[in-house]
Amino acid sequence: MIGMMWNLLLGLGWLLLTGDFSGANLLTGLVFAYLVLALVQPRIAALSGYAQRLPRLVAFVGFFVRQLLLANLKVAYDILTPPWYMKPGVIAMPLAARSDFEIAFVANLISLTPGTLSLDVSDDHRVLYIHAMFLGDEPALRRSLAELERRALALFR
Amino acid sequence: MIEWLVVGLILAGTTFMLVAALGVVRLPDLLTRMHATTKAATLGVSLIMLAVALHFGEVAVVARALGVVLFLMMTAPVAAHVIGRAGYFVGTRLWSGTLKDELRPHYHPLTHRLDSGLERPDEPSDPTPRDPP
Repeated sequence: MIGMMWNLLLGLGWLLLTGDFSGANLLTGLVFAYLVLALVQPRIAALSGYAQRLPRLVAFVGFFVRQLLLANLKVAYDILTPPWYMKPGVIAMPLAARSDFEIAFVANLISLTPGTLSLDVSDDHRVLYIHAMFLGDEPALRRSLAELERRALALFR
Repeated sequence: MIEWLVVGLILAGTTFMLVAALGVVRLPDLLTRMHATTKAATLGVSLIMLAVALHFGEVAVVARALGVVLFLMMTAPVAAHVIGRAGYFVGTRLWSGTLKDELRPHYHPLTHRLDSGLERPDEPSDPTPRDPP
């Protein structure tokens, strides 16, 4: 969070010092601020891990879009062909996410990936109950859910 | 060139939304229907918005199109979760082909408590009385 504030502040500083108030120049300032923060990051504890988040975010978005497309095609195929290939069921997934925000984020992502829909969180926030459409290979499904959660949490930690 | 890309994206988007509508009609129970509506519809709208952004190519339009996609991705799963959860706890029947249900044994209908199944025996148990198994 503090890294993002500094990034914005330095970007605005660039805007003021160059005196060219356009969107493109603000973008330039933000890029330079990001590079500066990446350079000083090893010496300042509060900034640790800041610069690594952007590549992680880009990689995560790519990973997520691929999952979204693949699984959507699978569901579409099952809807369009007469026999049901799906094997639905409700499974309990142990959560690594702890805070309310992390749980909400992970649950939203799981609802967005086709084939899985988060139903409810247990009262002690340790387990997420998920309705899955394709339980044919349950260990593989659990592995891919854990992988999704790990990648999502790496964005914040 | 870009025109064909736009046409293709809109066509793909509307196809996904058509499939979502077909899914609502064809799928056997509430939860599987929620699968069809949220995801396929979200993807369909996202593809159409991408086409809009490509077609106009102005900063204001692109920003708004991305905003539409972002807010849809934030709200659609929440709505699906709330509808699915309410439907499940009200007691809608699951499809006969459902393989397993790990939620049912952990839910206490009288107290509305939902256990995780990971409680350790040395933890203080809840004050509300449990149903006998």
